[in-house]
Amino acid sequence: MNNRIFLALSSLTILANFAYAGSPPADAIRGKTLYKIYCTQCHGLEGDGYGINVADMEVLPRDHTETKEMKTRTDKDLFKAIKFGGKAIDKSVLMPNWDGNLSDRQIDDLVEYLRVLCCTKTGK
Amino acid sequence: MFHSVRKGAVPGSLKVLLSAMACWLPLATALAEDVGQYVSKSCAGCHALTQAEIKNADVSERARRKGPPLYYAGDKFKQKWLERWLAKPVRLRPAGSFPPDHTIVTDDGDVIDRATLKDHLALPAGKTKLVAGYLMGLHMGDKPLLNSQYKPKKISKMLGSMDFNKFKGCSACHRDAADNGGVSGPELYTAWSRMQPEFLISYIKDPVAWDVHTMMPDKHLKEKEIHKLVDYLKLIGEAAQ
Repeated sequence: MNNRIFLALSSLTILANFAYAGSPPADAIRGKTLYKIYCTQCHGLEGDGYGINVADMEVLPRDHTETKEMKTRTDKDLFKAIKFGGKAIDKSVLMPNWDGNLSDRQIDDLVEYLRVLCCTKTGK
Repeated sequence: MFHSVRKGAVPGSLKVLLSAMACWLPLATALAEDVGQYVSKSCAGCHALTQAEIKNADVSERARRKGPPLYYAGDKFKQKWLERWLAKPVRLRPAGSFPPDHTIVTDDGDVIDRATLKDHLALPAGKTKLVAGYLMGLHMGDKPLLNSQYKPKKISKMLGSMDFNKFKGCSACHRDAADNGGVSGPELYTAWSRMQPEFLISYIKDPVAWDVHTMMPDKHLKEKEIHKLVDYLKLIGEAAQ
């Protein structure tokens, strides 16, 4: 009987922990993988805006290593640009919306990585 | 001239046909099995032959790909083109299947590292038809995605180009001419000769449904907008032929 009560309490604790914790925090390492897959073609392997696709572009993609400029953008701004594309923020249509491909959590991971790229020594 | 046939009797010519079929069927099955084995042995190292290989993996799978998935080849390609291409492959993705693996950073910006690109092997003459036929038998099992009928409409090159380049931004990743557009996606000036129009429509409409880790964004385009893009691919594709 005691064992049963112990088991029931343990299960409840585990469930409560899950409910309380919610989704895990954004992760720059996961963001780095996503950046390599979805962003480097235009924004460059080093994030400086000189990707392999830019030769015929009329507008240069954003330089994510430009600390000063990137600091003027809030996480919300960056999230919006990735999720809904350049058109949604009155920028170039060449920046696509990724809402059909990436989850909100993945976009959060990307934003987290952008902060590493723009504003830390590791990013540089 | 028709011969009357007694009920239950089998005419001589039909007997010959049936016996020929009886001989051919096991042979055809054996050949198909052989082709299946050949494809598994020769193609599976670089191409996903089942959707599960991609669907059950996390997104980092995209970075390990050496070639495009083939589990929907029968929905995607035009068979004649596929036969020709397998005999004499040409590069369709200027920067390879996963561009970051073939990119180097230079003072002039990132460039394609051509030395790392490997050409697709040409299949022996006797195999191209069989392999193309086998691949054309591979289809998406999930849900009917090819639900749009394509009816070509006229489009001018100028308007089509403006749509492709300026309004929809396809040129960020794709070329609509040998000397215009991005290089991370497959070139599209020969798309018309290699892909079925219904596939083009469906893939533009919902690329993730075909390939969960595709690098092609879902732009939420309306059916009419998609058809216009396909009209342009038809126009430039036919001009390129």
